Amino acid sequence: MEAVEILFTASLWAAAIRIASPLIFGTLGELICERAGVLNLGIEGIMTAGAFAGWLTVFLGGDLWLGVAVAAMVGALFGLLHGFLVVPLGLSQHVTGIGITLLATSLSYYSYRLIFPSVTSPPKIEPFQPWPIPFVSDIPVIGEALFRQTPLTYLAFVAVLLVAWLLYKTPIGLAIRTVGENPSAAEAQGVDVTLVRMGAVMLGSALMGIGGSFITLSAFNSFFFEMMNGRGWICVALVVFGSWRPGKALAGALLFGAFDAYQLRLQQLAGAYVPYQVFLMLPFILSIIALIIMSRRAAYPRALMVPYRKGER
Amino acid sequence: MRLEPREQRSPAILILYPGLALLASVIVCAALVMLSGASPLSVFGLMVKGAAGTTFAFLETLTRATPLIFTGLAAAVAFRAKLWNIGGEAQLYIGAVMTVVLGTGFLPLPQPILIPVLMLAAMLGGAMVLSIPTFLKTRFGVDEVVTTLLLNFIAILFVSMLLEGVLKDPTGLGWPQSKKVIAEAQLPKLIQGKRLHFGFVVAIAAAIAVWIIDRQSTLGYEMRAVGHSPKAASFAGIPVNRVLAKTALLSGGLAGLAGMSEVTGLKGNLTLDLSPGFGYTGIVVAMLALMHPLGVIAAAIFVAAVFVGADAMSRTAGVPSYIAHVMVATSLLTMVSAIMLTRYRVRWR
Repeated sequence: MEAVEILFTASLWAAAIRIASPLIFGTLGELICERAGVLNLGIEGIMTAGAFAGWLTVFLGGDLWLGVAVAAMVGALFGLLHGFLVVPLGLSQHVTGIGITLLATSLSYYSYRLIFPSVTSPPKIEPFQPWPIPFVSDIPVIGEALFRQTPLTYLAFVAVLLVAWLLYKTPIGLAIRTVGENPSAAEAQGVDVTLVRMGAVMLGSALMGIGGSFITLSAFNSFFFEMMNGRGWICVALVVFGSWRPGKALAGALLFGAFDAYQLRLQQLAGAYVPYQVFLMLPFILSIIALIIMSRRAAYPRALMVPYRKGER
Repeated sequence: MRLEPREQRSPAILILYPGLALLASVIVCAALVMLSGASPLSVFGLMVKGAAGTTFAFLETLTRATPLIFTGLAAAVAFRAKLWNIGGEAQLYIGAVMTVVLGTGFLPLPQPILIPVLMLAAMLGGAMVLSIPTFLKTRFGVDEVVTTLLLNFIAILFVSMLLEGVLKDPTGLGWPQSKKVIAEAQLPKLIQGKRLHFGFVVAIAAAIAVWIIDRQSTLGYEMRAVGHSPKAASFAGIPVNRVLAKTALLSGGLAGLAGMSEVTGLKGNLTLDLSPGFGYTGIVVAMLALMHPLGVIAAAIFVAAVFVGADAMSRTAGVPSYIAHVMVATSLLTMVSAIMLTRYRVRWR
């Protein structure tokens, strides 16, 4: 009975949205890359680098928003590297992506150890505080869940609208979608395929960086190793789950967040009977199940993972 | 800028470009070392000394290379058939689980029988793990990259659950670790009193076996054909899904062997830090070896040397040992770029 009552608590839904926030950024970022035809498996590392760079900026005295901007910039830089290797050079997107993840992660860890050679407990910063939105935050349950979040969470929702607008209402979005579906046709229309793909990967990677910074600047207040814990990979799964559409991706991330928040609470209820590892496994198992359900009708961008070389068929 | 295919590849380029790739990676790392205030030359000197300067150091490098040969072969076999197995870590751990389930006294067999049984069991464990995403790929069209990645997290949590539950060593002072395998299950040391063990020999044998399968057998041919173009392979009458299933058994089995070899040759029991990312590093090994089974041996020794050397250097020079991870990641990226440039020529307009 208690397990059902949890579903009606505001704290569950507030936690769900909090957990979903970094995933929303990451999923949007991956979605933009894939819509342009580029799989970006650098996401796990780029989010780690964003988390580290954002946190370090604030730790060194920068403003929280400066931290977010630096995280986005670091993300875009790794996106530039990934884009350069897979778009003009046409390297395997799988291998390069894994390489970018290894590189971004190890660079973050190396820098962390370089700056803090021997800290026993991770240094802390003052993270983003919740911004209750006047009036609406007083609505019972909904207000508490939706409108007492930190500003980065609000930004995640705004980002969904912006990305949807960019993809479907602007010429740039049309160009991104065309190079992901039919690059030769885009070329015939006078679109520079290389430029559009590079731009999309950089923009997407910047969003991944912001998603990473949410972890250190909003969810927690310090950086530690392994803290990304597969969130990037879950975002890759969420893109498929969301059929490459920003709105559905948001729904997927929220569903995922709700599930994760629910299992955390169930863990406290049923922890005595079921090993806690089972609960920790659930998000990953859920992602795989989601992939199985959605893959049957997945409408992959047709040129996904296909390098484009002018004049080659 | 655009790329155009080279009509012919001169041998000079084939040697020069990969060499330049490694040099580029060394330069990047030298810059990072300079950030720490240390001199790159002395740091690299310490790394070389730490990896190969003494007999002890060199044997340590070979010991570290052993699991990497297995996971490198696992990645090479799968990637050749374009089965993107990023789940070596999960397969390694489940192979290790099979080893401690059967090897801690459950099977009271003499050593010459028990060790091959444990090898088969570990291979079966790893193969089962990779068969799940492969089945999902061939049956439902689920991308195996994400599923194998996610399975790594599931597997390590599963192992953690076992080590705090049924497999927990009652005399382990509460640590999440399994019982030690029995004496009959332990792989003999190659040199008395040193850490290098029989697993290294098995790894070399596995590389040769994979090479023979690749070159001589129908399966090897079919795997390459599927990797080259599944459509063309299917058109030529090759049962693509069945070939992928076989590839998964072979690749997962090799990664499972890595777990068995680490437990029975080196650690003695299963803990949560059995593998510091051997599954992921195996991918780099396979790429550096250009997917060639025998090249995997050399690449694994190189990568192991970087890690062992960095550990030794870090203790004396104070540069974080994570520099090894950076060096391995940059070598991967520069190497795949170099290989591309041996096939294509860059034209600036």
